[in-house]
Amino acid sequence: MNSLPSFETTAATTAVPTAAVHPKITGRNVNVFYGEKHAIKDVNVDIPERSVMAFIGPSGCGKSTFLRCINRMNDTIPICRVTGDIRIDEQDIYDRNLDVVQLRARVGMVFQKPNPFPKSIYENVAYGPRIHGLVKSKTDLDEVVETALKKASLWNEVKDRLLESGTGLSGGQQQRLCIARAIAVSPEVILMDEPCSALDPIATAKIEELIDELKQNFTIVIVTHSMQQAARVSQRTAFFHLGIMVEEGATDQIFTNPVDTRTRDYITGRFG
Amino acid sequence: MFLTLFGILVAIAIACHLAGRRRSIALAGSNYAALHSLPGYYGAWLAIMTVGPALIVLVVWSIAAPNVLRSMVLSQFSAQLATSSVAQLDGFWRDIQAIAFGGTAGIRDAVRSDAAAVLSSRAATSTTMMIVLMAAVGVAGFVYAWNAIAPAFRSRHRVESVVKVLLAVSATIAILTTIGIVVSLIAESMRFFSMVSPIDFLFGLTWTPQQMAFRADQVGGTAAFGFIPLLTGTLLITFIAMVVAAPLGIMAAVYLSDYATPKVRAVGKPVLEILAGIPTVVYGFFAALTVAPFIRNSGHALGLDVSSESALAAGVVMGIMIVPFVSSLSDDVINAVPQSLRDGSAGLGATKSETIRKVVLPAALPGIVSALVLAVSRAMGETMIVVMAAGLAANLTLNPLEAVTTITVQIGTLLTGDQEFDSPKTLAAFGLGLVLFVITLSLNLVALRVVNKYREQYD
Ligand SMILES: Nc1ncnc2c1ncn2[C@@H]1O[C@H](COP(=O)(O)OP(=O)(O)OP(=O)(O)O)[C@@H](O)[C@H]1O
Ligand SMILES: [Mg+2]
Repeated sequence: MNSLPSFETTAATTAVPTAAVHPKITGRNVNVFYGEKHAIKDVNVDIPERSVMAFIGPSGCGKSTFLRCINRMNDTIPICRVTGDIRIDEQDIYDRNLDVVQLRARVGMVFQKPNPFPKSIYENVAYGPRIHGLVKSKTDLDEVVETALKKASLWNEVKDRLLESGTGLSGGQQQRLCIARAIAVSPEVILMDEPCSALDPIATAKIEELIDELKQNFTIVIVTHSMQQAARVSQRTAFFHLGIMVEEGATDQIFTNPVDTRTRDYITGRFG
Repeated sequence: MFLTLFGILVAIAIACHLAGRRRSIALAGSNYAALHSLPGYYGAWLAIMTVGPALIVLVVWSIAAPNVLRSMVLSQFSAQLATSSVAQLDGFWRDIQAIAFGGTAGIRDAVRSDAAAVLSSRAATSTTMMIVLMAAVGVAGFVYAWNAIAPAFRSRHRVESVVKVLLAVSATIAILTTIGIVVSLIAESMRFFSMVSPIDFLFGLTWTPQQMAFRADQVGGTAAFGFIPLLTGTLLITFIAMVVAAPLGIMAAVYLSDYATPKVRAVGKPVLEILAGIPTVVYGFFAALTVAPFIRNSGHALGLDVSSESALAAGVVMGIMIVPFVSSLSDDVINAVPQSLRDGSAGLGATKSETIRKVVLPAALPGIVSALVLAVSRAMGETMIVVMAAGLAANLTLNPLEAVTTITVQIGTLLTGDQEFDSPKTLAAFGLGLVLFVITLSLNLVALRVVNKYREQYD
């Protein structure tokens, strides 16, 4: 195994005692600007380890922007500027000495639209382990690929066609392939930006089932427009509105007994 | 004459269009919705039916009339021209045309003046007949179409089928031209191969067509038409050019599409494309006057024997010339690779260069391959740079420091100056052309297959 920096998981910070479980990711006073536009305003959040956190909110409220802060994908947008403090296992991910490439190996991402590489199914999954030098031999790699595909519950469907192109799969299979691709790097966190928005209900159900299983090993943050989905898969939910995190709490509480009227209006569908 | 008539026809067409529109609207009356097609289609139909046949008469007549007139006039004077050769008949015909319609005639004599008088009266008759015929078909078409116009008349269908025919005719002209060129190329090559055996041509190792006797009474040297030296010369120069152009072009494209800031890109891309606009002669003298001497001098400094014209000089300059082809086409395909793939790769922790090498370039490969093939075809067809920088000597060598020559250059030299069009020396040009055509065609076919193979997984 390549030596990814491993961090001792220590006791939770005392700053914001919202999460009952040990927080994996903490954000403090996070602000994001696209040029002049203030897209995220003073967000504070604790994301607990080995659980699913859902971000909900109307379109354009900054869910994706905040999600992309967690693996620094916003670095690829020249006009984007992030201030504040985001830590994973106590480690400041915007630290100058931190290698963003290694950060992204620890924080995987699944995108809204399935985006398999135009390579074989096998190569899609092997891509991450290869670039990070995680495996020594072909047999190791085979095993990593198989395990990842199994965890993504795609193995049975593709085990006889590993050398066929990943782009030839159905949309739902492609999305599970993208999840397998992320898992293969053995990340600690998986970010999912509306992973089911391009899928039909059956494929969606499969992915939700998968997310439920994955939370045993990974910390998952998911952006979704579907209230039902957030209610089904997540333990905690955060509601964003106009760049502000209005309310955050246990999913049950947010959906049954929201504190803020904006949250209530949004989840009951009374929102513009 | 032709232009005047054409102008009149256009005017009539516009008038008919307006009239047809009006008539259709008038006929529909208050029940406008009953019109099958928009009024404009009725107008177009009327214009087509009136002007179309007249236009066909005009074009056909204008093409056919000169030949008919010529044979009529010449046959009338056949007694005086009985002993003339074809060339003399042509001269005679040119002279009387000049006398009749203005111009400088080579010879003016009684016979020619008589013939010219006959010609101008016949020509006048011909024009009158043409105009009468045009008017007749025009009126007939107009009357027919005018009466056909009715709300239920499906003018749109008619007009669209006329347009369809026009499109088909255009496509046919383009295709027939291509076929015509290929057929004549093959036919002339066959004549060549009846004089020089294809085996000698395709496998011969010496190329010395200049030693062909020009006339029957001249003693010729041993002309040899082995094209292998030309092929190796062409391949050598093309290879050198691609060694220069492929890496430069692709790397420039990668830089412009993925690394350059928008500002640099906005300036860099057009500048690179200006390179493509430089005439090849300019590259040619750049090669001959700057690059070739530079290579020779550096070679001498290293103790190498470099001829003053070398394959290397021509190849390098040609490579520079085709860099813009490679870079601009590759840049387009690299840009066409979806951003989502780049994000996907970056999200897995790949660096920018890993993303480009392992995701972007493979995804763009089909396009890059076709860009390269286009560049190869272009390099093989290039003549000017080679004439100026690589010379005319058909040396059979793979040494880039020697002078070589290429297929296109030899075609050029074979066909410049006064030539007889049935000597093997001249016909050899067609043989070479055919071979070049076959090579480029197979290159394109190979490229197509490669592209299709990769495209399947790209979509
Ligand atoms: N690359 C960018 N450049 C400039 N502004 C951006 C950029 N990306 C997002 N924004 C702006 O930031 C705000 C938040 O965008 P974001 O994509 O995070 O919203 P979202 O909550 O994910 O919306 P959706 O649910 O529609 O995906 C929006 O107002 C958007 O216009
Ligand atoms: Mg979004």
